[in-house]
Amino acid sequence: MTQGNIQNLDALQREIAQLMVKALNLEVSADEIDPDQPLYGKGLGLDSIDILEIALVVSKHYGLQLKADSEDNHRIFGSLRSLSDYVAAHKAA
Amino acid sequence: MSSSPLVSHTALEQPLAWFDGESISVSRFLADVAQVAAMLPSGDHVLNVCRDRYRFAVGLAAAITADKVSLLPPTHTLEMVQRLKAFAPDVFCLHDNPDCDIDLPRVLFPVLNGKTIGATRIPTIEDDRQVAIVFTSGSTGAPVPHPKTWGKLVLNVRAQAECIGLKQNSGCAVIGTVPPQHMYGFESTVLLPLQSGNVLCGIQPFYPADIVSALENNPVPRMLVSTPLHLRLLLEAGLNLPSVERVLSATSPLSLQLAGQVESAFGVPLLEIYGSTETGQIAIRRTTAGESWQLFPEVRLVERDERFWAEGGHIEQPVSLNDKIELLPDARFLLHGRLQDLVNIAGKRNSLASLNHHLTAIPGVLDGAFFMPDDASHEQVTRLAACVVAPGLSAHDVLDALRQCIDPVFLPRPLLFVDELPRNSTGKLPREALKQLIHSLTRSETA
Repeated sequence: MTQGNIQNLDALQREIAQLMVKALNLEVSADEIDPDQPLYGKGLGLDSIDILEIALVVSKHYGLQLKADSEDNHRIFGSLRSLSDYVAAHKAA
Repeated sequence: MSSSPLVSHTALEQPLAWFDGESISVSRFLADVAQVAAMLPSGDHVLNVCRDRYRFAVGLAAAITADKVSLLPPTHTLEMVQRLKAFAPDVFCLHDNPDCDIDLPRVLFPVLNGKTIGATRIPTIEDDRQVAIVFTSGSTGAPVPHPKTWGKLVLNVRAQAECIGLKQNSGCAVIGTVPPQHMYGFESTVLLPLQSGNVLCGIQPFYPADIVSALENNPVPRMLVSTPLHLRLLLEAGLNLPSVERVLSATSPLSLQLAGQVESAFGVPLLEIYGSTETGQIAIRRTTAGESWQLFPEVRLVERDERFWAEGGHIEQPVSLNDKIELLPDARFLLHGRLQDLVNIAGKRNSLASLNHHLTAIPGVLDGAFFMPDDASHEQVTRLAACVVAPGLSAHDVLDALRQCIDPVFLPRPLLFVDELPRNSTGKLPREALKQLIHSLTRSETA
């Protein structure tokens, strides 16, 4: 991966963190979200309603539709990093 | 002794379900029921947590034919499972998730092979057989059981089919976004298709795109059983919507605006269902046609002791309702919000008393109280706040402890640490005082 790609990924991660904080009225700021912390349960403490809300803002913002039929779904929402990686790979050009 | 059939389909070759991309006939269903019934352990109580609706329905029917009772608790937290074990020590868990870690003897739902010889005619079940026990969270933390007998469940969903205009044996595919274990999903996505000769759909779509493909993958006619939350997200996603015959919504009130948007997006009526775990569904309205609700036939609302009670029809025994009600002529009524103590978040119900009980039972918590904000908007999910006096504990400690015993939708956001709660001289905590405290704390945080 080139340096530029990594910077883009970091920027994307920050942007998605900001979208999440805004959509869910989270009490943490976007910078405080550890990219490797689990989003569900013990980590950030999100539940399936939050995941639906995030999916909506992410799909609108990046022009992609999330589907639950792949076993990947739980992994995609495993952490901010995995969600950002998924968006980077699937977003509309 | 009166009895009712396990399913109301009229012929063995009639389609009964759609599962894993395949149409399932009544005879195939009966074979699947026999296969699962033969592998169930000896305990009389089943916690059926199958996520796929067809597997849930097969598990339910297998339990019924094997004389077992299905338990439907409001949540599957560690504490709830312990409580179920105390309620029914022989309970076992039927699941379809290899990662299931529910702390009970577990039976993984088998791969259905269609080879077991099933019943050659549709079994009938005695109407007074207790087939399920649905639980609500009680005010002291112990769940409250509400037994359901077969005849009343059947009566309820047959009345529903009539009220919503769902024709018997019309091959209508019922697609639901709600889990089959929730009372609304249990009735409207499992029992309704089975007791109207229509088609149950196994899949439980999650994202808007999943809802669209679940609809597309089923032949017409079809109906969608959903909630205000899912309907809002579905419309906001801006996808092309496949045709449906009708849309049902329940779990929380739908705004007139969203109801109108749903009707124009699908071009069909949107019907709202009113009910509760204790009563089952008891009334219906077309939201765009007016605010008032029409009671199901035979069901009555009676005012006693400054509360309204639902009785008659399929209701097992008179149930005191947790809503403010205004009776109108012709078996119609208006709803004017919930009585104080009750909270309903995304269709999950709890009482503040019960939540406070769990909060203050945490070791190290000296005092604490949950708070339901006023601005409970319709489709945006409102979250609870809580204040806690717990020197020496972190927010993580408190949240981790709560997560063991309450459903995640009730976890407080925000959770505020205070030195003391504004209790009055009698030790009571006026809602207004708590509200002011929370407002002052959250204002200063964002300032």
